[in-house]
Amino acid sequence: MADSFEPVLLRNVGVENSTALKVYESRGGYRAVRQALKQTPGEITEEVKKANLRGRGGAGFPAGVKWGFLPPNRTVTLLCVNGDESEPPTFSNRVLMEKDPHQLIEGVIIAAYATQARIAYIYLRGEFHEQFHILQKAIDEAYVAGYLGKRVFGGDYSLECYIHRGAGAYVCGEETGLIESIEGKRGCPRIKPPFPAVEGVFHRPTVVNNVETISCIPHIIERGAEWFAGVGPQHSTGPKLFCISGPVNKPGCYEAAMDITVRELIEREDMGGGMQPARKVKAVFPGGVSMGVLTADELDMKMDFDDPQHYGLLGLGTAAAVVIDQDTDIRIVLRNVARFFGTESCGQCTQCREGTAWMYKIASRIADGAGRIEDLDILLDTARNMGMMPGLSICGLPDGATYPIETIVKKFRSELEDAIRAQPDGRVESAMSAVN
Amino acid sequence: MAWKAIDRNTPVVGADAEPALSEAVREKIRSFFDRYETKRAVLLPALHVVQDALGHVSWQAMVEVAALLELPPSDVIDTASFYTQYWTHPKGRKVITVCRSLTCEVMGGPAVLAEIKKQLGIGEHETTPDGNYSLMTEECLAGCDHGPCMLINEKMHKCVKPADVAKILADPDNDRIDSERSDLFDAPRMTGDAARKAPPPG
Ligand SMILES: Cc1cc2nc3c(=O)[nH]c(=O)nc-3n(C[C@H](O)[C@H](O)[C@H](O)COP(=O)(O)O)c2cc1C
Ligand code: SF4
Repeated sequence: MADSFEPVLLRNVGVENSTALKVYESRGGYRAVRQALKQTPGEITEEVKKANLRGRGGAGFPAGVKWGFLPPNRTVTLLCVNGDESEPPTFSNRVLMEKDPHQLIEGVIIAAYATQARIAYIYLRGEFHEQFHILQKAIDEAYVAGYLGKRVFGGDYSLECYIHRGAGAYVCGEETGLIESIEGKRGCPRIKPPFPAVEGVFHRPTVVNNVETISCIPHIIERGAEWFAGVGPQHSTGPKLFCISGPVNKPGCYEAAMDITVRELIEREDMGGGMQPARKVKAVFPGGVSMGVLTADELDMKMDFDDPQHYGLLGLGTAAAVVIDQDTDIRIVLRNVARFFGTESCGQCTQCREGTAWMYKIASRIADGAGRIEDLDILLDTARNMGMMPGLSICGLPDGATYPIETIVKKFRSELEDAIRAQPDGRVESAMSAVN
Repeated sequence: MAWKAIDRNTPVVGADAEPALSEAVREKIRSFFDRYETKRAVLLPALHVVQDALGHVSWQAMVEVAALLELPPSDVIDTASFYTQYWTHPKGRKVITVCRSLTCEVMGGPAVLAEIKKQLGIGEHETTPDGNYSLMTEECLAGCDHGPCMLINEKMHKCVKPADVAKILADPDNDRIDSERSDLFDAPRMTGDAARKAPPPG
């Protein structure tokens, strides 16, 4: 069935001049929004609920349900589109914004209308430069056409849409970190509750949705909730973007239903195209690094919202896979991942700030060839004592740090132990040797 | 990146310093006012505009931004120091940002970084003596499908190999992007020949 899949979100990729408004319209764009504006906001929210559109940003929370949390008697609502995309190795939002910005804008108008937001902020990570220029040009075009601004499409509804550019911080992808960043502050996540739907940007009821989530919305309106709910497995509905990177033949962003396996993503001719010559899979991070790692024996995992948990992973995450090949030292991978979280913790919560830093130091020591066998248990012990799951932190960043560390240490323990035992005794000095 | 302690005991702004922000830059910042409910929310765009105009966000500029947005200067420093992309000390005309995240590392990023360091003779967060290049690394640039990748100012260079580095560095247009630029965050500043003839920053 997956073979007959017809791309929806990526249907304009590869079309000449796909970022231009008239090209988008000539391919059926901006029809859904005209249709949506004839419905009531409540009807659209119902439709999105029926489609069971689950958030594509990592947590998988149903978008329609989230919109339903907005207080009914609110006067001002804000919509934030999360285009922070900083989870290594994810780039699907980038593809959506640089190849089909009007699809996103159409989704923004519908989502804003459904939630009765009069302002939409698209939060774009600071590293997205070309994507900013492309998206801003598309927004300008939409304003000129009367699709944004006062009285969109000549009706009664008005919407302003602004890009807010970040400046380099992973934690600004966390929805309340993003809100703080829009308010001009450090991107330090807030304690919840109150959730953004009740108190978000400028204390106003706020909806935060991922770029891909929003890009799905025009298609739900146009083709109907039944169509969307009929694509893929029961609890993981709709077309989904998957990224694949590393030493495969065709790294890239591909669209499929959520019934494909990691192996298919790597090997299918219309996806990763198999491993490069003389390369073999050693490990795969299938959902962004923070979800954890799979061994070469676990590639039959389904890329849906439920199966990753059966493999000891945190979840589907961003559905972006990176393949680690047989010749890569797992200690390098361990250090890279530990460094990411060690430098990206915002520092508000002690166990996250200190724990991620310890894990980085210990992982560096191991990678430098100065590790000790007991370091592996210290890593596991540290990992178990941080994060939202044990109720110790404000946001989910440390949970995302513990899953990769724990799964690497558990699933590749013998390789790590062998490497540590093979170290020439006492000759390797690491800057981290003194760290316990 | 996030929590770094900064020495706040040393006075950094002289009372009689020359103003850093031109009226045109201030006007550009003011153009963001009606986008947000508070003036504080204009801070990130303001810092982008300042960095674009001056090359970095100096302490003096922070004090002036604070006045413009009706904030205590400490709030501006607090925010500016949190984000990796704001330079609080002068940087080169071009910033090379090499991705150091997982895909790029396993695809050979460290060798590219080493080659750039060797060719330019600088380390991370340093600037070449002629003021042309500064170097930094960043976590995932979301270019994993063509790793190892790096940015030179706004331009993404894809699938870079150590052997390509010399050629890339020798190209004067290595920071030119293919898309049409939006001038929303651009501040009035020296461009073209004037910038090339200007004394190196720092
Ligand atoms: C540390 C951290 C980083 C996150 N980064 C992103 C991100 O870059 N992009 C994103 O869409 N969601 C990110 N999220 C998830 C958001 O908090 C939020 O769940 C999401 O934007 C909601 O949108 P959705 O419901 O459409 O998925 C992150 C969460 C955490 C804890
Ligand atoms: S858990 Fe970590 S990243 Fe999240 S708020 Fe606490 S210190 Fe910051």
